[in-house]
Amino acid sequence: MISLLRQKSFRDTASQVGFIGVLILLVVTFALTAKTNLDAQGMTSGFGFLERATGWGVSFSLIPFDTNDTYARVILVGLLNSLFLGAISLTLATVIGIGIGIMRVSGNKMAELIGTVYVEIFRNLPLLLQAFFWYAVLTTLPRPRDALEFGGVAFLNGRGAYLPGLNVTGFSVFLAAIALAVTVGLWLWLRSARRFARMAPHIKKAWSRGLWLGWAALAVALLWAGRIPETPLLSIPTLKGLNFRGGIRVSPELLTCIIAISVYGGAYIGEIVRAGFNAVGKGQSEAGHALGLSTWQTFTRIRLPLAIRAVMPMLINQYVWLFKSTTIGIAVGFVDFFMVISTSINQSGQTLELIAILMGGFLVINYSMAWVLNRVNDAIKLKGTQLRT
Amino acid sequence: MDATLPRQTRLRALRTDYFSTRLDTLVTLGFGLLAAWVLWSLFDWGVLHAVWSAENREACGHGAEGACWAVIDARWRLIFFGLYPFEEQWRSALACAVIVLTGGASCAPWFWTARRLAALWVAGFVTFYVLMRGGIFGLTEVSEQNWGGLSLTIFIFASVTLLGMPLAIVFALLRRSQLPWIARTMGVIIDAIRSLPLLSIMFTFAIVLPFVLPGWMIGDKLHRVIAGYALFFACYQAEIIRGGIQSLPGGQEEAAQALGLGYWHRIGHIILPQAFRNALPATINQLVITFKETSLVVIIGFFEILASGNAAYGNSEWNFAHVEVYAFVGLIYFVFVFALSRYGAYLERRMAVAER
Repeated sequence: MISLLRQKSFRDTASQVGFIGVLILLVVTFALTAKTNLDAQGMTSGFGFLERATGWGVSFSLIPFDTNDTYARVILVGLLNSLFLGAISLTLATVIGIGIGIMRVSGNKMAELIGTVYVEIFRNLPLLLQAFFWYAVLTTLPRPRDALEFGGVAFLNGRGAYLPGLNVTGFSVFLAAIALAVTVGLWLWLRSARRFARMAPHIKKAWSRGLWLGWAALAVALLWAGRIPETPLLSIPTLKGLNFRGGIRVSPELLTCIIAISVYGGAYIGEIVRAGFNAVGKGQSEAGHALGLSTWQTFTRIRLPLAIRAVMPMLINQYVWLFKSTTIGIAVGFVDFFMVISTSINQSGQTLELIAILMGGFLVINYSMAWVLNRVNDAIKLKGTQLRT
Repeated sequence: MDATLPRQTRLRALRTDYFSTRLDTLVTLGFGLLAAWVLWSLFDWGVLHAVWSAENREACGHGAEGACWAVIDARWRLIFFGLYPFEEQWRSALACAVIVLTGGASCAPWFWTARRLAALWVAGFVTFYVLMRGGIFGLTEVSEQNWGGLSLTIFIFASVTLLGMPLAIVFALLRRSQLPWIARTMGVIIDAIRSLPLLSIMFTFAIVLPFVLPGWMIGDKLHRVIAGYALFFACYQAEIIRGGIQSLPGGQEEAAQALGLGYWHRIGHIILPQAFRNALPATINQLVITFKETSLVVIIGFFEILASGNAAYGNSEWNFAHVEVYAFVGLIYFVFVFALSRYGAYLERRMAVAER
């Protein structure tokens, strides 16, 4: 026995078997206890409840939903809402972040100071506090009659933001968005794939211009075909009685989440972008200047692309992390994935199944987001000697 | 700007910093005006037109031009101490001070060995817990349900860190274990937990665990949430420590092996001390995030400082004063987080000097 314990290979196998065994034991204990508890409460487990009607509604949905629809559909609604919120606020956070990052490396002390103050304030306060703050501010704005006005077409009041919109069906907007995604994909492919590397620059330019014009034409055609009959194409919010009619209403809940996540995320992304600029050696921009490029050309053609490539892995982590923070929706009452799951748990009592769906959903979204972004990173990252500064 | 420079040079420096080109001048003036306007509005609102004392509460309310700091004057005890019994609130304040002092002391290099740091924190934490909980030394007992405000925030933060740090070391060592099955399983667990939102983990531990745990293991809801948070923290921190280990030159471990040191000696005396040193900035950053995200327990229904802030303006008397309350609570968070992150930046500079 002792001699067996002295053998390294035996000890290795034993500890691995022990480790896995303990984990399996834990899971089995959990499963058995859960089964006894559920049996004691007389509850049926399994995913059959997904087919049942919910009996409750949601305040915001991208797809049609009413109280007769099933749990499966309400979960889909929550998932789409989370993705929608994530897409908008991550994009805005990137824009803010790049702006702040540029301010902090601009060389103008005033811009640097303001960038620093922004980052220090918004990065050092909890996201939830910021969300509560924005929500309190947005819901105590003036009544619709005294709404804040932006050029007579957009309004902001205590019931949300009212933006001009188009009287078209949601489906045609969806198709146009898909066409946009395909166009962006084709454009990136055209720019970075090796098979187009030898194409003459002016032909390449013509192709990419053609791509964008094609998309614009297609989008206009789609929206035109999808317009709702007997209404003007452009819908501008107007005050009728006590409230606004027409246009697109952005609820204070959604607006809060968008503002909070993009302002908070912008501060973090700003720091990453700054680190990226600092990682680009001085020699690069000096070489650019020496070749006769203007400051603007050096910036857009040399420093920015290099900086983004240098911090791409950090940005990917940040995006995954920011997407997870969309769960603050529940704090202000925005119907996101987490809130839908939590309400469903309260209403149906199928706790374990719903938690499994929640975790599975986040794992799938985050892994696929990381996978796609890592492919992008692989495609654009600096190879070999380009890294030299 | 360096004040010892001659005046001419200082002026020139001013010019290159702010007005080097026409665009630069424009940017400086534009941002300068913006900053001046924001600062002036804040000053005008927060100082000039502000109402400071709860006695003249009638002066604020709807239509008032300035801040109503009277709400803080009237409700600061609620914000700081939550539902803690009124006569015992000095204990809550003292307990917070103990943890802050412990944190301050652990910034001193003398404490930077594993044993001293652990002893310091265990002592600090026990003092905190005894002061808060009472029941001995003639202190009346206050159960954890009545804890609230800043001390609950600090309690959650301190216990998550104290539980999570050793767990993180174990996770990191398991993940880089030579044994493939252990390393791979640990990798899957860590990656899975890292890609879940903290809120969903807290929620699971608070709501779901009672279903799947045998009765004697269920425990208090607060303790379960802390356990869940500690697990989440440990998974992030484990990756930071692993990064620190990976940044060590391979020769370190090989040399220790060649000298005949056993696994635990290699880990405890060669690898981990250096790995922690390399991982220090990232660790401080993680602590900052952990402190901020303690606020998420509001959603699970705990009465920490953000929730007590919500309660402070959540009655008809003060319901207009949300901006003031959030500014005050924000300031408290800011003081802690800013101090921690500045300290992290200082450590980073200090290490950069040592590397040179």
